[in-house]
Amino acid sequence: MQSQMIKTSSSRPLVAAVCMLAILLPLFVSDFRSFQVTQILVYAIAVLGLNLLTGYNGQISLGHGAFFALGAYVAAILMDKAGVPYWATIPVVAAVCFVVGFIFGLPALRLAGHYLALATFSLALATPQLLKHPALEKWTGGVQGIFLSKPQPPFGLAMSQDRWLYWFVLLHVVVLFVCAANLLRGPVGRAIRAIRDQPLAAETAGIDNSRFKTTVFGISAMYTGIAGALSAIVLQFVSPDSFTMFLSIYFLVGVVVGGVGSIWGAFLGAAFILIVPNLSSEVSKSATGMLYAMVLLLLIWRMPNGLWSGVLWMWRAATRRPA
Amino acid sequence: MDQLLHQVVNGLATGAIYAVIALALVMNFNSTGHINFAQGEMAMFSTYVAWTLIAMGMPYGVAFLVTVAISFVGGMLLERFVLHRFRNAPLLSVVVVFIALFLGFNAVAGWIWGPVLKDFPSPVSSYKTGTSLVGAHELFVGAVAGAMLLLLYGFFRFTTLGLKMRAVACNPTSSRLVGIRVSWTLALGWGLAASIGAVAGMLIAPLTFLDPHMMTGILLYAFAAALLGGVDSPPGAVIGGLVVGVAENLLGAYVVGAELKMSVALVIVVLVLVYRPQGILGRVTVRRV
Repeated sequence: MQSQMIKTSSSRPLVAAVCMLAILLPLFVSDFRSFQVTQILVYAIAVLGLNLLTGYNGQISLGHGAFFALGAYVAAILMDKAGVPYWATIPVVAAVCFVVGFIFGLPALRLAGHYLALATFSLALATPQLLKHPALEKWTGGVQGIFLSKPQPPFGLAMSQDRWLYWFVLLHVVVLFVCAANLLRGPVGRAIRAIRDQPLAAETAGIDNSRFKTTVFGISAMYTGIAGALSAIVLQFVSPDSFTMFLSIYFLVGVVVGGVGSIWGAFLGAAFILIVPNLSSEVSKSATGMLYAMVLLLLIWRMPNGLWSGVLWMWRAATRRPA
Repeated sequence: MDQLLHQVVNGLATGAIYAVIALALVMNFNSTGHINFAQGEMAMFSTYVAWTLIAMGMPYGVAFLVTVAISFVGGMLLERFVLHRFRNAPLLSVVVVFIALFLGFNAVAGWIWGPVLKDFPSPVSSYKTGTSLVGAHELFVGAVAGAMLLLLYGFFRFTTLGLKMRAVACNPTSSRLVGIRVSWTLALGWGLAASIGAVAGMLIAPLTFLDPHMMTGILLYAFAAALLGGVDSPPGAVIGGLVVGVAENLLGAYVVGAELKMSVALVIVVLVLVYRPQGILGRVTVRRV
C-alpha cells in the first residue's frame, strides 16, 4: 500500500515537499523544537524495527526496549570508556544488536504466538535489573548510568548542536527507512509476509522459514538498537530506569497507532508516544496510561491497521478524480 | 544448615504466592486459551477495592468476600464488553488488548489511589506460630493456595461446567454445536480468573504493601511458575510456584545474588519454553493442520 502511494505520480510532489520540509525544519523552529522532533525521529526508527518483526513477520515482541537499551549502552560505553567518536558507534551498535537479535531469534523459532510474547515480556521486565548488576557496574555505571558530552557540529560548522543532531538523526532515518521500504517491496518482503500469514504454505513454497525468521529478528533488533544508540547520543545520558518494561510497551503502542504492517506509520506512532505524555502529564500523571489504553482499544477495535491507513484513505478520497 | 532451611521455607512461602497468581493464569488459559498479561494488574486493582472497603469500616472477612464478588462481576463484564469483540481477531490484536488493559488498570489505580504505599491488613496477624521459621501469614497463604488448588482441580476435573469450559477453550465451534453457551462460558472463565486474582492480591498485599506497581515482579514469577508446571494444569501451577519460589530464594542467596533474581525467572521462562513447552504436568497438544 505504501509503495503504491510513492509510485503514484500525483503524490510525488507531496513526497518531495515533505522531504524538503523535513530537511529545512530546524531552520524555522527553535532549538528545543528541533530536539523534540529529533526524539520523534529516533523513536520512529525503533517503532519501525518492532514493526518489521511484529507487524510484517508476525513474531510478537513485548521486549524491544531491551534491544533499545542494548544499543544505547553499547554506544555510551564505546564513547565513555573507549573514546570512540559518536558517529562511529552506530555501525558497531548495528553489528552487535543484529548478532544478539539473531541469537535471541533462535529460541524464538520454537515459540509460537503467546509464548514468544511472554518470553519477550519477561526480557523487558528483567532488563533494568540486568543493567544495574554490580558485575557490569564498571562499564554501565550501575544505577547512576553514564553521562556523555554533547557532540559538536563537524568541520567547525556554525550551527547549534541541537540542529546538527537533528540532521545527523535525519540522515539515519532516511537510510534506514529507504532500506526497509526496498527490502519489504521485493521478494524478501513477500516471503516475510507469507511466513506471517501462512507459515506452512510459505515453507511448502520453498521459503526457509527458520532462516528468514531469525534474520528478521536480527534486523529488527538492529533497527531498534540503532535507535537506542541515537537516543543515547541525543540525550547524552543512559540509565537503567529509562529502559523499563513500559518502554517496550510504548513501542508496541507506537506500532499499533501508526499501523501494524505499515512503514511510514512509524512516524505517526512515534509522534503519538512522545507528544501525548507531554500534553497529558499536565492533566495528571495517570492520564497518559489511561489515554494510551483507550486509544489502543479503540484503534485495535475500529481501525486495526492504524492511523496511517486512515491517512491513506483520506488521501485517496481527496485525489480521486470524478468519473 | 539452619540458614538453608530458612531459605527453603521462605521460598515455599513466596512460592505459594506465585502459585495463586499462576492459578489465575491457568484458570484464564483453560477457559479462553489465552495467557492474560493483565492478570497481575487486575489482581492489584481488586486489592485496592478491598483496601477501600476495609478503610470504609467493613470487617476483613466481609470485605474479602465482597471483593471476590466484585472482581467476579468485573471480570465477566470485561469479557462481555471488551474481549468479546476480539474473539475472532488475530492473536496480535488480543495481545494488544491485554497490554491496553495492563496500562489501563495501572493508570486508573494510580489515578484513584495515588502512588503512596498503603498498608494492607492480614487476618491472621494477631496469631503466633511459635517458631521463628515461618510467620502466621505465610501459613495462611499456603493454606489458601492449597484450598484453591483443590477447588480448581475438582472444578475442572469433576464438574460439567469445568468440562464445558475446557471444551470451549479447545474448540469453540464444536462446543457450540453440542449446545454449550460459548459466550457465557468464556465470561464465566474471566470472572473466575479475576476472583482468583483478587484472592491472590489480598494475600500478597500484607507482605509487599499496596502500590500500583506491586505486581510487575510477581507476575514474571507467576509466568515462570505457570509455564514450569504446565500452563493448563492447576496442580502444575502450584508445584511450579513452589519450585520457582524456592529456586529464586536459594539462587538469590547462594549463587547469583539478590540483584539477578528477576533474571532467574527470565531464564526459567526461556528454558521451559524451549526445552519442555508443556511444563511438568501439562498436556502435549497436537494440532491438526
